[in-house]
Amino acid sequence: MIDLLQSVIDGLGRGSIYALLALGIAVIFGVMHMVNFAHGELITVGAYIAFGVVVSAEWSWWAAVPLVFAGAVATSVAIEFIAFRWIRGASDFTMLLTSFAMHFLVQAVFVMSMGASVRSFPRPKWADRVWSVGDLNIQVIDVAVIGATAGTLAVTVYLLQRTMFGVSLRAAAEDFDAARLMGVRSNKVIRQAFILAGALAGIAAIFFLMRTGQARPSTGLSPLLKGVLAAIIGGLGNMSGAVYGGLLLGVSEVLLRSWLPEDLVGITDGVVFALIALFFIFRPQGLMSVTSAERV
Amino acid sequence: MLEILGLTTRYGAISAVRRVSLSVGADEVVGLIGPNGAGKTTLLNSIAGLLRPAEGEIHLDGRRVTGASPDRVLRAGLALVPERRRLFAQMTVVENLRIGGITATSAERAERLQEMVELFPVLEAKWSTPAGYLSGGEAQQLAIARALMSSPRVLLMDEPSLGLAPVLVDLVFELVQRLRSQGRTMLIVEQNASRLLEVADRAYVMRTGEVAAEGTAQELAQRQDLFETFVGAQSATASG
Repeated sequence: MIDLLQSVIDGLGRGSIYALLALGIAVIFGVMHMVNFAHGELITVGAYIAFGVVVSAEWSWWAAVPLVFAGAVATSVAIEFIAFRWIRGASDFTMLLTSFAMHFLVQAVFVMSMGASVRSFPRPKWADRVWSVGDLNIQVIDVAVIGATAGTLAVTVYLLQRTMFGVSLRAAAEDFDAARLMGVRSNKVIRQAFILAGALAGIAAIFFLMRTGQARPSTGLSPLLKGVLAAIIGGLGNMSGAVYGGLLLGVSEVLLRSWLPEDLVGITDGVVFALIALFFIFRPQGLMSVTSAERV
Repeated sequence: MLEILGLTTRYGAISAVRRVSLSVGADEVVGLIGPNGAGKTTLLNSIAGLLRPAEGEIHLDGRRVTGASPDRVLRAGLALVPERRRLFAQMTVVENLRIGGITATSAERAERLQEMVELFPVLEAKWSTPAGYLSGGEAQQLAIARALMSSPRVLLMDEPSLGLAPVLVDLVFELVQRLRSQGRTMLIVEQNASRLLEVADRAYVMRTGEVAAEGTAQELAQRQDLFETFVGAQSATASG
């Protein structure tokens, strides 16, 4: 029982990062009807900012936190402006290809400017601390990421439910043309969606980089795939589904790691993907049913 | 007030609206009738900015709004109640109304919400209900109220009675009559020609993308030939 509880706590810590990324992917999908495969690059940009601040400038991690966050938001807005604004209204296939193109373009820029090798930077010392509660060993970073995710989700829910920004975003996600007829400016609402998605990715990036302490051109790829997977599990475009999908994915990964024989731990991701494929056979619509009128 | 001059809108090579000219004066209710495929909805969508006209001009109070985006058209003073309402089904009644008043200040929005409660009392009881759970009549009232939240100078309505039970059709036309008595300027597209002509001052008859006839509502109501040829036997019977 203690082992199960331990795995759930570890899994929620991991899943919180997936949930934040999945939420951003769901927000973009809501207004653009596109899975943004360039979303992971917000973490890659954050990784090199963290490396620059902590290693090159020799500042503390606390100085890196706002810069990683700001970098993710600025990159998200820039990607929308550079790539997606000009192909709005194009076919889904064109949008998808453009998001892949941005993903590879950002990676190529980092390979050319920083090289392909891994750049390591020290993780904050407190991140490795462990609190013992009875037989449970709780990593401080898990508590921090779960708390930050809960706070971020509360703020996001407030923004979406209580502000005109949120009402516009939800209206545009449900019926973009009807929202325009009501006076919602398409450029503005899409830019706001990318700002929100960038902010969510920025918070995810901070905790992901505190865990890994590494920067390389493909840093964002693995979290991106997990975020996309979580968004699909939740029912693509459904925000609460994306959060549940992220948490479920994180807990499933940790539980599998603890249950699989030691020799097979290396194939955890493969088993997770197989289980997800199985899940979609029985529930192809994901955790939460989504129709075009139910996005966000 | 609203002037449409030689408007043409195409879907690819096909002209759905061809050289249409019409006008709506201040405090006037103007009807647009015609059979399916006549181009009525295309014309309204072109005026509202959802479709970009290939030729022609749209002016509101002398100001050109041709080809403007829907949000600019709305800010200029034209609000559309779209065909099949297109409410935000997952959002509550009050959220739908708030989005309708997005161009207003928060004080103006609060004031207009109060006006809508007085005009559509049925909505107040459903304030926190998602729009997707409303009955057809309630949904149509919400769609009209949502468009009125922007305080438009001209209200465009596309098939307000479409898909409604006969008793709700009566309700919709009572609403139109009430708005007319408040001096609202309206351009209404409707298949139920006889009912529309009861509340309109003037009307245009469209056929295959063009204006085939125009006149006062009284004149057109007596043109049996138009009804039989353009609007269909059902409407002709109803008007007879």
